[in-house]
Formats: sequence, C-alpha cells, structure tokens
Amino acid sequence: MSAWSWILLACIGCYALKLFGYLIPLAWVEHPVVARATTAMTVGLLASLVALNTLTDGGRIVLDSRLVGLAAAAVALKLRAPYIVVVVLGAVATAVARLVGLP
Amino acid sequence: MGLSIAAAVGVYGVSFGALAVASGLTVWQTQVFSLLMFTGGSQFAYIGAAGGPAGAVSALLLGVRNLVYAAELKGQLRPRPAMWPVYAQLTIDESFATAVAQETTDEKKRGFWTAGLGIYVAWNLFTLLGALVGDWLGSPKVYGLDGAAVAAFLGLLWPRLKNRDAVAVAVICAVVTIALVPALPNGVPLLVAAAVAAALGIGRFTLPGREVRP
Repeated sequence: MSAWSWILLACIGCYALKLFGYLIPLAWVEHPVVARATTAMTVGLLASLVALNTLTDGGRIVLDSRLVGLAAAAVALKLRAPYIVVVVLGAVATAVARLVGLP
Repeated sequence: MGLSIAAAVGVYGVSFGALAVASGLTVWQTQVFSLLMFTGGSQFAYIGAAGGPAGAVSALLLGVRNLVYAAELKGQLRPRPAMWPVYAQLTIDESFATAVAQETTDEKKRGFWTAGLGIYVAWNLFTLLGALVGDWLGSPKVYGLDGAAVAAFLGLLWPRLKNRDAVAVAVICAVVTIALVPALPNGVPLLVAAAVAAALGIGRFTLPGREVRP
C-alpha cells in the first residue's frame, strides 16, 4: 500500500473512533461503573501523555530539557497562571535550557 | 479559556507541520492529517512510528481515547443526532476538557465549540505554516515546542487532580507508561495505562469532578 493509502486509512479510522462514541447508547455512558471508569481513564490518559511527551522520543526513554519545561509549567499552574501562560512558559523554559547547553 | 487553549495548541501545530515534512511527507499529506484526522497525539504518533502500518496502528491506538470523550460529551452536551458527525470531528483532548470543566449545558456547548473550532482553524493554519517553513525553521526543538506539548498536557491534567485518589491514579499511570515504553510498540503503553486507570476507577479509587446531571 502507498503512503497515501495508510494516511487515509489512519484518518478514516481515527474519525470512526470519534463517531462511534456518539453512536453508543446513552445508558452505557451513564452507567455508574462506566462513569467511574471513564473519569479515571481521562486522568490516566492525560498523565500518560504528560509522561510520554516529557520522557520519551520515538519510543525510547530520553531525559532532556523538556523536564525543565515540565517543572516551569508545574510552577506556573501552582501559581494559578492562565493556560496560555503555562504553555508558553513550558516552551520558553525548554528552549532556554537547550540554549545554555542541556540536551 | 477555550480561546487561550486554541492559541496555545495552534502554535504547537507549527512543530507538527515541520516534523511531518522533515519525516518525508509532502505538504499536502501533512495538511490532510490536520484536516481529516485532527487529533494531535495520533498525528504525532503516525510520524513517530515512521508511517505505514506501524504509523496507522499507533495513530488508532492513541485515538481510542476520543471514543471515550465522545461518549462522555454525548451524555453531557446531548447534541442532536444530525450534528453527531460534526461533533465527532471536533472531539479532541482540549474541546473535551474545556466542555466538561463548565457548569451548565449551555456553557459546556459554548466551551466545546469555541475550543473545537478555534483549535481546528489554528491547528490547520499552523500546520501549513510549519510544513512550508519547516526547512527554514530548523529543528522545532530549538524553540522548545516539544516543551510546549508537555506543558499543554500538564495544564489539562492539573485541574483534575482534586483529591488524593486522582493524584494516585495519575502517578501510577505515568509510572506504568514509562516502565512499558522500552518493551512495547509506540502507543501501546498509553492504552495499558488507560486500562489500568479504568480498573483503578472501578475499584477502590474515587475521583471527584463528575457532577450529577439533573
């Protein structure tokens, strides 16, 4: 299969997953066990995404300046900074850390 | 909050565009990802796994969480069935997080549309920009854009850490993810972490933040 085929297949599949969520009967979503699972799963997925984006690169563990960005973002969140400030600080802290020679 | 998320995440689109072109995709292929797939984690996963079947599987695995978001949004926003295809396209981390953080159904809908449409437009414009100037820009890492992604996800997680159980679930899932990364293909550790979180939630961990609907 060509690159285009795989790209379109992945795009259609990802959209189908989103649409399927709306086709599921509402009762499934409102069931208490499902509610407990989905609430916890959202926290777990976001925590997993933080870990993946901070500590991995191409399927390998990599420790680098992103840790500085994570720390800066955490401090900003602790000080109740707006979301946009948190994100920009994460980028600036990471870039500055690289500028001074960290990986 | 919706617009500020849109601005922040749109900027990250530059690095997707630049990285996609750097990985060998054409500008058109890069743009199709942002127009059709429109879910950042999956788009990065496709490129991170070097495309092809591994890229497609990684993208789909990371996209499973959107199914959960969609089911939850259907319950909280109650959109008309005719609108489901449009809601589905705009269902992503940020529109979900923005919607469920609001108090009333009207505010939830406004948050969903503002974040969803705002990010869709910004994400696509900045993807194009990143793809076009990628070569000139050099590595997105010099500008700390990978650090912006870290901060963006932490910013979405932070408001959910309202009690000790929520923090415990987050820490356990982060540790599980990192422990499994060296052993499993791209995307799979994330799914295992999701399954672990679901099991913890059904078990004795009680997470706050889900209001009872009237």
